[in-house]
Amino acid sequence: MTGRVVVTGLGVAAPNGLGSDDYWAAVLGGVSGIGRITRFDPTPYPARLAGEIRGFDAAESVPGRLLPQTDRMTQLALVSAECAFADAGVRPEELPEYDMGVVTASFSGGFEFGQNELRNLWSRGGQYVSAYQSFAWFYAVNSGQISIRNGMRGPSGVLVSDQAGGLDAVAQARRQVRKGTRLMVSGGIDAMLCPWGWVALLTSGRLSTSQDPARAYLPFDAEAAGHIPGEGGALLVLEDANTAESRGAPRIYGEIAGHGSTFDPKPEAGHAPGLQRAIDIALSDAGTRPDQVDVVFSDAAAVPELDRIEAEAITKTFGVGAVPVTAPKTTTGRLYSGAAPLDLATAFLAIRDDVIPPTTAVSLSGEYDIDLVTGSPRTGKPVDVALVLARGQGGFNSAVVVRKYES
Amino acid sequence: MSANEFSIADLKRILAEGAGEPDGPGLENKSLDADFELIGYDSLALLETSGRIEREYGVRLEEAQLAEIRTPRALIAFVNDHLAESVKSPR
Repeated sequence: MTGRVVVTGLGVAAPNGLGSDDYWAAVLGGVSGIGRITRFDPTPYPARLAGEIRGFDAAESVPGRLLPQTDRMTQLALVSAECAFADAGVRPEELPEYDMGVVTASFSGGFEFGQNELRNLWSRGGQYVSAYQSFAWFYAVNSGQISIRNGMRGPSGVLVSDQAGGLDAVAQARRQVRKGTRLMVSGGIDAMLCPWGWVALLTSGRLSTSQDPARAYLPFDAEAAGHIPGEGGALLVLEDANTAESRGAPRIYGEIAGHGSTFDPKPEAGHAPGLQRAIDIALSDAGTRPDQVDVVFSDAAAVPELDRIEAEAITKTFGVGAVPVTAPKTTTGRLYSGAAPLDLATAFLAIRDDVIPPTTAVSLSGEYDIDLVTGSPRTGKPVDVALVLARGQGGFNSAVVVRKYES
Repeated sequence: MSANEFSIADLKRILAEGAGEPDGPGLENKSLDADFELIGYDSLALLETSGRIEREYGVRLEEAQLAEIRTPRALIAFVNDHLAESVKSPR
């Protein structure tokens, strides 16, 4: 083993594309998946836009026995895991069960499933609540169902740290590969677009109440006024580089080269926020200098105070306008635990094609000294190293460095 | 056949409603004596099934009783025995 952990498969479920090909084409074309909510009537709520995944038919893609026991997020996760395996050219049934594990991130759990069962409880009585409510809502359920479905009994678990969890989960999967597990599936898929989930999201005070899909989610813009929630995310297949090479993996997207994770100090403590430190730790873990980084995929909170903190962390690390920064999540909305894994997938596709996808709709505020890639994709320079940032409400900061793989 | 009889078709329907359509044939006459686990229904699927039987037929299976019932034939017999009882004794 080299200790180098690489990604060999991507499974993407995004509001603007199911599957990594459709998603990548949409991102490069600036096609947004944000629109008025159709999964329930959003009229009574102050926020009415979301990034919904359209055209996903669970009954067609998920075994019948699993339908009554799975929330939408788990159905999307099962399909995405299948895509990631196919992409990696791996048939899990051919590998020893204890050589494969699953670590996913979760933000909400199965809200829609839980909402339906709570409705049964209060309107019809306890005997009408599904026995599967016992686990279908649970944070760890995506890991569990992927594990059961694919016979993966190696080290598994779940990370719950809002959007930062998507990176922390991948870091944990990397640890397990380094400790000797042959293959890990990691990432995150969230889907909580139902009235109960929506009300929970509204309490964050960070949702955009704009009714104009084209101007609703504007990170680093002078008109930034919160984010648009979305559903989906990505799952990745991680392996040791030698294992991937010796089995003849169809492709190696790149290396999970470094990870850093910090927690913000108490607001009254007067210390600097932890994001920049997370970046430093990740770069140092990867053995990468700031000037070697070709692009930063930003967290892009679209809350002015948080945008300022992120822009400052980037500027302090890299210098004024010294590194291209982008936020393709303006085309999907924020996907919570799914956001950063999707950014990792996007970073690997950017490395594959040497192109930086744009931040759509935004015009950069004069407040921030960053080189934000807006308008159309940026080409002309190799993209070999990318930094992905993610923050979670409550003080979580995480950063991951991914790198083009050279054998 | 009495209207109050619980048949293999009833069990098959309730299993599908509660625990989903199986990949294979699921419950058939020839699998009446097979262990539920072997035809793809775990303890949670049986818990969900017993809840639905109670709601629809008024026959309650305590957890301990449920744990002892291993096959479709035993479950159908249990429900029919208790259906007969509830017909005999006015509620």
